Amino acid sequence: MNGAVEPIVGRYVHVGIGGENCRIYFEENGAGIPLVCLHTAGSDGRQWRHLLSDEGLARHFRIIAFDMPWHGKSNPPESWDGAEYRLTTVRYTETILAFCRALKLEKPVVMGCSIGGRIVLNLAIEHAREFRALIGLEAADFQAPWYDTDWLNRPDVHGGEVCAALVSGLIAPQSPEAARAETLWCYKQGGPGVFKGDLYFYRVDGDLRGRVEGIDTTACPLYLLTGEYDFSCTPEDTVRTAAAIKGAHVTIMEQLGHFPMSENPAQFRRYIAPVLDQIRNHSKLDKQGVTS
Amino acid sequence: MLDRMPALISRGRMLTCECLLGPSDHPFHVSIREGAIVDMTPAPVLMRSWRFAYRATSAAWAEYWKPMPRPGWHDLLALTKRKEATLEGDLHPFMTHLQYFKDLLALPRHHGGAA
Repeated sequence: MNGAVEPIVGRYVHVGIGGENCRIYFEENGAGIPLVCLHTAGSDGRQWRHLLSDEGLARHFRIIAFDMPWHGKSNPPESWDGAEYRLTTVRYTETILAFCRALKLEKPVVMGCSIGGRIVLNLAIEHAREFRALIGLEAADFQAPWYDTDWLNRPDVHGGEVCAALVSGLIAPQSPEAARAETLWCYKQGGPGVFKGDLYFYRVDGDLRGRVEGIDTTACPLYLLTGEYDFSCTPEDTVRTAAAIKGAHVTIMEQLGHFPMSENPAQFRRYIAPVLDQIRNHSKLDKQGVTS
Repeated sequence: MLDRMPALISRGRMLTCECLLGPSDHPFHVSIREGAIVDMTPAPVLMRSWRFAYRATSAAWAEYWKPMPRPGWHDLLALTKRKEATLEGDLHPFMTHLQYFKDLLALPRHHGGAA
């Protein structure tokens, strides 16, 4: 193990978002169909490191994970004056589209988890034809809140500790201890108010109830996968959402919670590899003109 | 059980509070001093006050303490979301030490489920 170098490469790309230049950190590995991975609220692209290192998947996919501005190694924009950070549906959508254009990705697959899963639904509503397929992990059009987000950013409560402790219960009890600790570590490292600001999108601005019915899965296939131990976005939330979308594929993943890719990468692979195979096969048929 | 968990006591070293914990119908007044439980007395105790209370149904505790609890029964806040538990009072000590309380109240899970 000593001296082993992983195949993941990290770089910065300058992306215009909201009329301003943002320096975005991203990591990638592999070649083939672009697969852009979106991290959960209050975390960063490290959540995807196991998928990024997956040799079998990297043979067919250019796997890319980027840190949203304010997250991980992507700093806040230069114009930020310290005002409260709040992610909106419009800003989140624009960020993803701008990132994909900046890297000149041709019809990428986008896979997002939690808030990333929610925004994937919005991409399916508004931009389906720009994507090869969309994958929402722990995704629903809405889910009932289970705590007051004001606890996440106040001077008399340690933000890192409380953010990690809150989400710790969303990890399945079967998940390996080291992977659990690593998943929570990202939450302990988040900037003040960032998790809370992401949840503004999740709780307030990004309510998609009544809109997902318009998703056209013939324009872009949609896959929804949710862990059985996720009590934030419950399997029932995902199933209800999928039931309103004609042609949506839904899978409930056993022994997984809200962070499938990082809390138990081996278990997650059992579910995501067949989905990616299906997308790849569909792409081949597309090229041959077999599908519409 | 807590006595055998020095790391957990250490994490609670800044925590001193009175709380009400346990089954909804017969909770305990628990006195915590610098992370250690120094007293646990069945409620009610005449005019004893507490800062916060976390109480759950007996069925909820039984499932929560299983080595592999069922989905939705595996976390203190999963139980409040499904209305099998209530969280009341001044939540500040609970939230500043959220993982401490989650781990404290999960200790029976690792000791055969005995309360």
